[in-house]
Amino acid sequence: MPMIELKDIAFIILALITLGSAGGVAFSKKIIYSGFSLLGSLFGVAGLYILLSNDFIAATQLLIYVGGVLILILFAIMLTSKIGDIAVTNKSINWKVAIPIIAGLACFLISSFSGDIWKVADKTPYQSSVSFIGNALLKEFLLPFEVISIVLLCALIGSIVILKREVK
Amino acid sequence: MNSYIPLLLLFLFGMILAGAFLALSHLLGPRRKSKDKNASYECGLEPSGNPHDRFSVKFYLVAMLFILFDVEVVFLYPWAVQFKEAIQSGMGSFFFSEMILFMVILFVGLLYVYGRKAIEWE
Repeated sequence: MPMIELKDIAFIILALITLGSAGGVAFSKKIIYSGFSLLGSLFGVAGLYILLSNDFIAATQLLIYVGGVLILILFAIMLTSKIGDIAVTNKSINWKVAIPIIAGLACFLISSFSGDIWKVADKTPYQSSVSFIGNALLKEFLLPFEVISIVLLCALIGSIVILKREVK
Repeated sequence: MNSYIPLLLLFLFGMILAGAFLALSHLLGPRRKSKDKNASYECGLEPSGNPHDRFSVKFYLVAMLFILFDVEVVFLYPWAVQFKEAIQSGMGSFFFSEMILFMVILFVGLLYVYGRKAIEWE
């Protein structure tokens, strides 16, 4: 049996955080609690990215998903009218269809993961990916980098144009 | 990656500590309920209105504008990491002007936001 490394413990903790919060999203009685549970799930995924030596994706995950998209989701919940009046439940429906699908999917996943085809990659020393991305963006892909700002500008103007029209 | 292990431990201990304090106060603390104690806390004032009240839809635009500038920050991050190295290799002013151009284009968007009075409360 291989020795349990610190990395494995970190993976187990992060996986538990991610899956536990995902369970919270799925099983919460109130939709606002589902929204808040998403925080732990997205956060755990960011940790898993770090574990896979991809710190830029992890930072992006934290900045955009945890800091931005989650806020939008929570806002959307809080802005929706009469959300308290509707009985928003997470009752399981159609489980007669769902159980065979889940069982088939589980069989497929277990059979594919229990095979001996998964090789552990050579251990390379950890290197931050941020400086690579920075160099690539600012030297090789300079034009796409500047085009990104124009895309963001278009999104900004577009969102205001749409919203201003609806208010009037 | 090992440099992130302390960060994980910090979060872990933070969660344990917060959970332990809540659990201890729940288990050990006396519970003498009264009507005033059970009232919802609103900065010491008499509670007014429904706590599940809706928010104005105008906040949504602010949140969307925030996300757009959030994406801008994502691109600032690799630039900032690489900037010191760029100065040493004599490309500092080039890197700097690139980012200034990037931000000026987005600043036009900010001017548009002000010009259309998009975040003004009507």
